[in-house]
Amino acid sequence: MSEIREVIVKTDRLATDKYQVNMGPQHPSTHGVLRLLVTLEGEKVLNVQPHTGYIHSGIEKMCEAITYPQIIHLTDRMDYLSAHMSNEAVALCVENALQIEVPDRVKYIRTIMDELTRLASHQLWWCVYGMDLGALTTFFYGLRDRELILDIFEETCGARMTVSYNTPGGLMFDIHPNFQKRVKDYIKYFKTKLPEYDKLLTGNVIMRERTEGIGYLTLEDAIDFGVTGPSGRASGFSSDVRKHQPYSAYPLVKFNEILDHRCDSLARYEVRILEMWESISIIEQLIDNIPEGDYALKMKGVLKLPEGEFYQRVETARGEFGVFIVSDGKKNPYRIKFRSPGFSNLFALNNMAKGHKIADLVAIMSTLDLIIPDIDR
Amino acid sequence: MAFNIYDFTTLTHDIHVGLAESFSPFLATTIEWVIVGVVYLLFVALFGLFLVYAERKVCAAFQQRLGPTRVGPWGIFQTIADFIKLLMKELIMPRKADWFLYNLAPFIVIIASFLAIAVLPFAPGLQALDFDIGVFYLTAVSSVGVIGILLAGWSSNNKFSLIGAMRSGAQILSYELSVSLSLLTMVVFAGTMQFSAIVEGQRDAWFIFSGHIPAIIAFVIFLIAGTAETNRGPFDLAEAESELVAGFHTEYSGIKFAMFFLAEYINLFIVSAVAATVFLGGWMPLHFGNFESFNHVMDFIPPVIWFFMKVLTVIFIIMWFKWTFPRLRVDQILTLEWKYLLPINLVNILLMALVVLTKFHF
Amino acid sequence: MKSFIEYIVSIFKGVWTLLIGMKVTGKYVFTPWKHVTHQYPENRDTLVMFERFRGEVIMPHDANNEHKCTGCGICELNCPNGSIEIITKSIVTPEGKKKRLIDQHIYHLGMCTLCNLCVKACPTGAIVMGQNFEHAVWDRAKLTKVLNQPGSKISEGVKE
Repeated sequence: MSEIREVIVKTDRLATDKYQVNMGPQHPSTHGVLRLLVTLEGEKVLNVQPHTGYIHSGIEKMCEAITYPQIIHLTDRMDYLSAHMSNEAVALCVENALQIEVPDRVKYIRTIMDELTRLASHQLWWCVYGMDLGALTTFFYGLRDRELILDIFEETCGARMTVSYNTPGGLMFDIHPNFQKRVKDYIKYFKTKLPEYDKLLTGNVIMRERTEGIGYLTLEDAIDFGVTGPSGRASGFSSDVRKHQPYSAYPLVKFNEILDHRCDSLARYEVRILEMWESISIIEQLIDNIPEGDYALKMKGVLKLPEGEFYQRVETARGEFGVFIVSDGKKNPYRIKFRSPGFSNLFALNNMAKGHKIADLVAIMSTLDLIIPDIDR
Repeated sequence: MAFNIYDFTTLTHDIHVGLAESFSPFLATTIEWVIVGVVYLLFVALFGLFLVYAERKVCAAFQQRLGPTRVGPWGIFQTIADFIKLLMKELIMPRKADWFLYNLAPFIVIIASFLAIAVLPFAPGLQALDFDIGVFYLTAVSSVGVIGILLAGWSSNNKFSLIGAMRSGAQILSYELSVSLSLLTMVVFAGTMQFSAIVEGQRDAWFIFSGHIPAIIAFVIFLIAGTAETNRGPFDLAEAESELVAGFHTEYSGIKFAMFFLAEYINLFIVSAVAATVFLGGWMPLHFGNFESFNHVMDFIPPVIWFFMKVLTVIFIIMWFKWTFPRLRVDQILTLEWKYLLPINLVNILLMALVVLTKFHF
Repeated sequence: MKSFIEYIVSIFKGVWTLLIGMKVTGKYVFTPWKHVTHQYPENRDTLVMFERFRGEVIMPHDANNEHKCTGCGICELNCPNGSIEIITKSIVTPEGKKKRLIDQHIYHLGMCTLCNLCVKACPTGAIVMGQNFEHAVWDRAKLTKVLNQPGSKISEGVKE
């Protein structure tokens, strides 16, 4: 009898081990080369430690050896889904440093291309998010719609994703004569497809079960980590650069900043869908009213910025992207630093994923919309 | 030998008489078993290949693209090319894996599928085993497959395979309940467990029409539980998990993996065939009670074609589930079964018993 | 009792959202002829790329095998990563003046990022972006091209 009691007492205090698992750099669902060191206890996640740097290319150092118009083509490759916005950030920074004002036509075209890029980026995010959750058809529906935007880019700028369309002082060439018609046709087409996205994924009971209440990020945490963009706005952090420090043609358009206070994965999802509707409305306001004029100012052959430090921020699809140039008067920057939104968003993952199961970790990371070359530069 | 496409009993009877005349009874029976075995093997292999190709084409149609188009006209030899590739792969085995169990696991899964196919009525006369406890036997042998999955996960000496196998095992065991209860609902309605009698009983109207509400609810539950049984569709967390665990068949390569893969598609066929037989009438053409001319027209299509049309329709519906919905998490899968499907099933059986007792059906 | 009613209502609502999702995909599966994919290698004859598409840098030659490159080297200065090398030669014209002519315009397709700065910077419009995108080769040496064709010379009237 006493032996039985001993055995029962011993088995009462069974310890479960904590073990660490590597979601390694090669992985089908981290969107790029990202290593996550996950500490698990059974099914529960205790700690997530990201290790970045696997795709570090030294872009900031490379920029110190080239001139300002040549930096633009490198910024395409960091956050490749918001390529045009990154280009615009560098162009605006140089223009503000030289204190020149671009023609209105340039501002309108830049804003229209910005919003088209935001649409394309959110479409790709949506299709990959559905794929991560297991609904494999959403991948193709999102890509089908994005292809038409890429055709618009290809006709006007020559390249589909890494557009390199801006230069300090304006644009590389004028828009193609077909541009306005194509964009208007596309907006008409996409307005019939966006409700389908809602019917297929947003309202789906399985999707709601997997995202409601998962991945909670409080407003204080969002401000502490600097989580900007749709991920931050879903926690109530009002940080839209287009509203607080408007640039290009944003002061001239009416649009809403989408704020949500539910702070979970479903909120982050819905904020992005509503942002797609806002982008459509901005494009509609601008596309018919592009003013006539030059597409670029006449700039000197070799650009030299005055000595000093200059900063410019833009709102990419992921959050606030900043360009900080330290110039010592020469034609190359002395130091250029990019503030990437992905870097700040990634490190809030630990707070969001604590206490959830393994299967939720990928879904939460997918709502953050990370692009790894943007994090590693 | 008379070959009547509408009724295969003449063909089987002629073969049996022919063999009994020329050989001793023992040898005749053995040869018959061999013939039946070979026919089923060929059917399973060919239908499995066809199903893999059909899944890829249907998946492509959902995604607005074409599927395989290059290997053969319209890509029909694609699965054969994939199969040849799998045959040529090296069979690796983890070092500390249990050799006997590791090699036994794929066979158990395939054997369970074969055992279940044997009782399905393809056409009048084309049924290998006709027990009078047919439905009961079917639910019993379909549970044998779980052993194969658990063995595969355990003997791989890989903690992630074990986790995947445990999850898959728990899922299949839970949904066995729902499958059995919904089949039991129709047994209550039909009054017999013998498959040929169930099909005969649908001569006037298919059970899904004559057993109105409870039969429709049972059909829906059977479809959901059937996809969960085969680890398909929105319930494929155990194998399509793109996170850490790659499922119980991680450590298998080459022909052994092909066996698991084939067994999954054969299980899909079995679930659809059982649904078609018990709910949609098996090989019985669509008859509506008293419309003699309509029934006569429907009789022109041979029963074998009716059977396969129904099976392919149910397979298409199950594929539709997979390509539309996101995946459920494993605790949500178990919640769905124990908190939703099981209570609804129990209430449904009561409802069906009431319907039968009060004769409130067509 | 209230939670029981909520339970039943949640079942119906859930099934309804699933059916709506199935309707969306059902619309596409029953019209498989409306696929959105191009059958790539088979449609090469009819494939027309946009005229501004950046496939590679080419130097167009007219019917007399003449181009417009003066060998000024501005494209080489503007290229961010050194994909262009200009090799010039000097000749003496009949009037006795020294003139610079292009000898070889070397273009490293393997390093080019297709940023379009060289095309923008060229003062005579000698180089443009071509639309050919099929550049896969088995031998890396083939990716270093000489853009001016052998025996070609600069056409008349091109300003320096």
